[in-house]
Formats: sequence, structure tokens, C-alpha cells
Amino acid sequence: MSKLIFEKSVKGARSFTLPGSDLPDRVPEEIPADFLREEDPLLPEVGEVEAVRHYTELSRKSYGVDSGFYPLGSCTMKYNPKINEWAARLPGFAGLHPYQPEETVQGALELMYELQRMLCEITGMDAFTLQPAAGAHGEMTGAMIIKAYHNSRGDTKRTKMIVPDSAHGTNPATANMLGYKVIEVKSDERGLVDVEDLRSLMSDEIAGLMLTNPNTLGLFEENIREIAEIVHAAGGLLYYDGANANAIIGIARPGDMGFDVCHLNLHKTFATPHGGGGPGSGPIGVKGFLVDFLPVPVIEKSGERYRLSYDRPRSIGKIHAFYGNFGVMVKAYAYIKALGNTGLKEVACNAVLNANYLRTMLAGSYDIPYNRLCKHEFVASARKQKKETGVTALDVAKGLIDRGFHPPTVYFPLIVEEALMIEPTETETRERLDAFVEALLEIDREARENPERLKEAPHKAVIRRPDETAAARNPVLKWEPGK
Amino acid sequence: MNYVPNPPWVVREMLDTIGIKSMEDLFADIPEAVKLNRELNLPRPESEMELRRDLAALAARNLAADDRPCFLGAGAYDHYIPAVVEHLLLRSEFYTAYTPYQPELSQGILQSIFEYQTMIANLTGMDLANASMYDGGSALAEACALACDTTRRRKILLPETVHPAYRQVIQTYAMGGKMEIVPVPGDEGIADPEAVTSRIDKQTAAVVIQHPNFYGNLETELRRIEQAVHGAGGLLIMAVDPISLGLLKPPGEWGADIAVGEGQPLGNPLSFGGPYLGFFAATEKLMRRVPGRLVGETVDRDGNRAFVLTLQAREQHIRREKAGSNICSNEALCALAATIYLTVVGKEGLKEIARRCHGLACYARQQLEKAGLKLKYRKPFFKEFAVAIGDPQAANAALLKEGIIGGYELEGALLLAFTEKRTRAEIDRLVSVLGGIAHE
Repeated sequence: MSKLIFEKSVKGARSFTLPGSDLPDRVPEEIPADFLREEDPLLPEVGEVEAVRHYTELSRKSYGVDSGFYPLGSCTMKYNPKINEWAARLPGFAGLHPYQPEETVQGALELMYELQRMLCEITGMDAFTLQPAAGAHGEMTGAMIIKAYHNSRGDTKRTKMIVPDSAHGTNPATANMLGYKVIEVKSDERGLVDVEDLRSLMSDEIAGLMLTNPNTLGLFEENIREIAEIVHAAGGLLYYDGANANAIIGIARPGDMGFDVCHLNLHKTFATPHGGGGPGSGPIGVKGFLVDFLPVPVIEKSGERYRLSYDRPRSIGKIHAFYGNFGVMVKAYAYIKALGNTGLKEVACNAVLNANYLRTMLAGSYDIPYNRLCKHEFVASARKQKKETGVTALDVAKGLIDRGFHPPTVYFPLIVEEALMIEPTETETRERLDAFVEALLEIDREARENPERLKEAPHKAVIRRPDETAAARNPVLKWEPGK
Repeated sequence: MNYVPNPPWVVREMLDTIGIKSMEDLFADIPEAVKLNRELNLPRPESEMELRRDLAALAARNLAADDRPCFLGAGAYDHYIPAVVEHLLLRSEFYTAYTPYQPELSQGILQSIFEYQTMIANLTGMDLANASMYDGGSALAEACALACDTTRRRKILLPETVHPAYRQVIQTYAMGGKMEIVPVPGDEGIADPEAVTSRIDKQTAAVVIQHPNFYGNLETELRRIEQAVHGAGGLLIMAVDPISLGLLKPPGEWGADIAVGEGQPLGNPLSFGGPYLGFFAATEKLMRRVPGRLVGETVDRDGNRAFVLTLQAREQHIRREKAGSNICSNEALCALAATIYLTVVGKEGLKEIARRCHGLACYARQQLEKAGLKLKYRKPFFKEFAVAIGDPQAANAALLKEGIIGGYELEGALLLAFTEKRTRAEIDRLVSVLGGIAHE
């Protein structure tokens, strides 16, 4: 059984000590007794070696991009360059207090300013803020900017936001946080926004459309110019969800497609690590007419000096206590500098190449509902396997674990049944893609020959199909001694 | 540099397999009108050697606060980070993983989050904690949103003694139209208890109390405020410094319904303001409304202990437009740093760190007073206080000249923080500079 660090505690065990001090311990006099803690917090008591072994053991029960292929659709699990980790840990970056005098952080401000400029060029937007700490945080910031824009024009009847039925859950959840009623636009038979449906939904009550392009099926919204015209003609704004930007960097830009606001995920497109669920960074870019609404502070440059400007009367305000996830920005900056003017296009080309290669190789054995040229990812379906053998997308995922791969995203997007959303990224070799194809073909054979084995998979992992229903019915969210 | 591993001849063969002629044809579905059709206007690619040189030069244009006497706090603190923390964070199975959607491949990360939730719940004295939020400010804003949702009321009472940046973040989140911020004045460095209680009514969703507050002071009228807000059916939201909880009575014992805070002091570097982590703890009653990820313990098919993401019906990917929050990615790696930090310093270590911080702050006050300076407020504090200074900007400049990072500039005062990294000698230098200015 896997022991918790608390269960490894031994009363009195410790390694950490403070330097000696000759100051008197004045606690009882300075703080009113009623304000003091009576009972010690229940924290671990272990020596350093046990702490190190414990977390090393936990790392061995985890799986990252460095462990192997991680084709998790919509998450862009590309290789995270090690030089970027080094850069973010430089004392001149990691040791900076956010409120230090401006003259002592000029290098940091320059890095942020330059990163914003490079993101403007990459997306075709006019200005960026780096403050959002994640993609969904960026979406929220973008929706706030859209709301602030309409409000500034006295246009307050725009109470609805349109999102496609294939959208990430964060889109409708974001719109709801901003008080918008969510209107869903259908996908057509080609997996793209149904332009006629969109036209019929538009009115002077629509604040905007939140769109991912390429969309979550990995398909480029070919009618994007027409979509932009329809939304703009009705006075709405167009929001670009940058989750899938890896497919188009250096090839096409949201700004040129007619998007007014756009977010990027530095932790996807720009190779910063996902950290097991964060930290991310979700910068927002806007067109010129929205610049005034960006969060404060804004980084300004005058002569050779950089400064943080709070004097922005039309700004939406702050969405993060400081300036966002600076350490993540350093890594993205290093990545863009490494790849430069030619490298980013290579990223998109090879991401799309790898996705289409996998799609082509799998098309004979798995159903691919929209089987045509895709971008950085595509959605396969296990519906054929389910119908013929009872093996589901979840079983396929668990079968992949036994074969040493991280599974793709399953059961998303919602408009594809038994969905397997596969995004290989550009940093995978053909050999690895071939091995992944071979694993999926083997799973298909096993589904026909021995479906029960797949239903019981994984057989080689540390655990097997945890009971999620029980976990939700009687939630145990912390350890308690003796329980 | 380039991280694409397939050489051109392999790319050629892959294109043949797909049945298309060139890389360009891979983008045939993008209308010509929206294609860039030119090179990006960016610098040329750099080798790792060039990159290393350029980044080192950029970093060298900053003055690292954490290797100098740093008395700057105001929400970000220069606490010591044991070497073990950084060492373990570099285990790449942790940092190159995604959110643990596949429990069989993520037991290590899931268990570490479960341990984190346990530590935060124990530290705050609350029933449960989530897997983390973006930072202290956004965690507090989400707490306010939750309070409005659950009470079906609109008003959030927000004292002036709460961190000004947090207040701004809450104000921005209020754009959603579901909450109305009611500002409350301070009185002598704490939330004015009269002003708080007189503003509480049947529309009050919650009172927010930061404790110790932005000025470093203990909110000494906390009990009265707690009774008033609960008496009116509202919630008490507390924002706390996690290090202080080694010494101070935790929010759970004060009757807080939600406790949040900035987790950066727990093993995360200053890093110019981020990445940090917001911790978020609540009573069991609010469990099914808590935003963000939650990890629960269960068993697998063979009866083995297992950890999974749980109560996901609250979250955006299931509930979509009905979700209370849109949060998806959080600050998992920063939460792991906090977990390892709390493990390494341990139960006794955290208490000693808290007492040391407080002891140093008491010593500094004593010495400053001896040098003829006065504190701006006469209130008990934990590790931070405001000292009255006519021209705080000039004081900071004078300190910087001596290689000391001074305090946060308030009107007519300097807010000074004392972590366990500070020494008696450093404080003596601080006092000598500030004392010199006071006597000019």
C-alpha cells in the first residue's frame, strides 16, 4: 500500500534547523493569548532522507513528457527544453521581489516587454498583457475586456455570448462568470461552425463569439472571414481561444482572421512545462481599439527605460495580485528566442505533419468521423470497437497505459461519441508515432480476440481502475489519523 | 535551436505516406486571404550558447532581492527555501506531466495533491482544501464569488486593511455582476469594527478579513466581526499568511467559512510575483461548491488505496456554463513545492520559523523606537509592521544605496517585513539608516 507522508512520520524526527539566535523569545507578551494557536498543526515529522525518498517515489508513480509519448489532445504536450528551466531559475529572475524599485528590475521588465512584442507579431494583435495565470484566466480577462468595451459605448443590452457546441468547457464557464447567457452555435456536417446557424443567432444582444481555431476537432474553420463579418456586422466581438495555436504559428494569425481578442497558452504552444496541472500562463492580445481596457499595470518603454504604468482609467483593473506568472514568461521568451523567425513555422508544419501521419496510419482500424486534412490534432472514435466488441474509448486508453503510452484525451469533444482526441505535437519522431500506431492496432486486435482483458486493463500500472463513483459519493479529501 | 527531431528525409517519407506533396499542402484548408505568407518579423534563431549568454545578461540587469537584506513583503515574502524543494521539483515526471486525468499513470501527483490538501486543511483548521488556485488575490476573489453563490446574496464587505491588489482583483471579478463590493474604512490599522458591523445586513454574503492584515496587524476585533456576520447569515472569509499559522490561531477556530491565502511563502521563490499559488480551504458544508480540482481517496478494483480527481461535477469540463468557476489549470507544481516545504521544515520547523519571524520583528520595533522612530499603528503584529517615515521613497533610496531592499511605501510610512532569513546585524543596519534619516 502506498503510504502517505503523514503515515511515515515519527514523533520528533526532523532535519531542518534555524541558525542560532540570541534574541529573546517574546511571543507570549506581544500577541494576545486569545490569538495564539493552541494545538499544533498536524504536519509531517520526518528527516530529510525520508522526505527525499518519499517524493522520489511519488515521482516514479507519475508520467510526464520526459517519460514518453503524451498525445493528450488539446493539451499540446510537447518537449519542454531544459535550458528554459535553467533560465527561469537564474537568481536575477527567480530572486526578484515584485515590489522592488523599477530601476532594479529593468531586465525583467525588458523581457516582459519584448515577449509582448513577439506575441503581437506571432498573432497579429496590437498589444498584449501577460497577467493571466492560465488559459481560463486569460479567457476571463478577454471576456472582461469585451464587456468593458460594450459598456464603454453604453451598449449594455449585449447579455449573451455564443460558443460552439465543440468548445472547451472553459468557454461557456467563462461567459457565465461574466454574467453572460451562453448560446450554443451548432457544428455542421463537416465539423465546422454552422455559418447559417450563426447568422440566425446574431442580434444586438450578442456580445461576441468565442472560437477555437483550429477547433477541437483539429479542423481549421475555413469560413473564418465570413464568421468574422457576421459577428462584426451585428456589433459583436470575436474572441480567439488559443488552445490550438500550435497548429498555425508562423502560418496564419488570429489578428489577420478578424479576431479582436486572443489568448495564448504559454504552457502549450510555447513549450513551458505543465507542472502536473500548472502553473500555466494565458496572455491576452487585443486589437488597437481595445488597448485601453487591458489590465493594469501595463509595461511602457520610454527611451531605454521600462516602467509599470497604473494610470489607465479605462482598464478593467487587476486580475492577479502582481504581474502574472513571470517564471513561465521567462521560459516562453527563451523558447521563442531559440526558435526565432524560422523555427516557429517549423513547429506548426511538423505538428500538423505528425497529426496527419497518425490519422492516415490509423484510418483503417479506427473510425475517424471527420477524416480529412487535419491540423495539429484529430479526433478518432472507438464507436466501431464498442459496437462490435464492447470495448470503449476508456478501455482503449487503459490498454495504451499497459503499452507504455499516455492515452489521448477521451470523451471530448462532446459531439463525437467514444472520442479519442489525439495530438502528437511536433517533438515526436516517426519511430515513436509508429510504435503508438502499432499499440493501437494491437488493442484493436485484442478487442476482437480478448475484450475482457482490455476491460480489466491496465495490468501493468500501480493501480487499476479506481472507484471514482465511491470517491464522489463519500469524499475523503484529507488524511485523518486513525481513520 | 530546434526541437523537431525528424530529419528532412523522414519528413519526405511521411508526406508520401499521407499522400501529399509538400508541407505547404498541409495548410491547403487555410484560405489564402488569412495566410501570413511571409517570415515572422522576429530575431533569427539562437543556439543554446547564445541563449544562455543573452538570458544571463538580461538577468544580470536585475538586482536579486533574495540574496540581500530584503525587508520588502506586502504579500510576497523572502522566506528560506530548503535545497530539497528545488531538487525534487526538477524530477521531470512531476514537472512535465499534465493535470492527472489518468489516475493509473498519475498516482504520485494525485497523492502529493492529497497530502497538500491535508496540510492546508490542517494548517488553516478547515475541513477541506482544494488543489490550488492561481494566487492569493484570485483565490480571495473566487471565495467572494462562492459566498455570493451559496448565500444568494450580493454584498461583499471589503475592509481597507485587505491588500490593495487583492481588493482590485475582487473588484475586477465583480464585473460578472453577481457581487457588489462594499468598502469598509480602517481604523488605526485594523478594519473599523463599528463600520463593519453597521454595514452588515440581510444582503451581506460575506465579510472579508485579512489576518494579519495588509499592514501586518492582527485584526484584534475579529471575534466581534465573526459574530456579527454569522448572526446575519453571512459568511466569514479569511485571508491568511500560511507561515503565521505556525503561531496564530487558525481561521477554522475563528469560525471562518472559507480560508484563502498566498501560498508563495511555502517554498516558492519570489520570481517577480509569480508563479505563486492561492490556497483555498472551506467548511464541509461548502464542499460541493468549492472551485478547482479536488483529489479524493478511494480504492481500485483490487482493493488497493488509490487517489483520483473527484467531485468533478462541480467543474467546467462537466458542468460547462453552470459551473461556479472556469478554473482549469491551477498551480500544481507550486502546490507541490509547498507540500515538500512543509514536509521538510515539518511541524516543529514551521513553529520555529513563525516564532523567529515574529521575534525579529519585535527586535526591529524595539531598535527603531530606540532610534527615535515610531510605528504608524499601535497594534499587535506578526512579522510585518509600518514604521512612520516622512519620506518613504527617500528612505528606500537611502537603504538601496547601502545594498538593502527597503519596505513597501505607504503614505508617510514604510511597511517592513521580517522573515527568518533576516539577522540581528541586518536589522541593526536597517535601523541605523532609517534612524539617520529620522534625525536629519
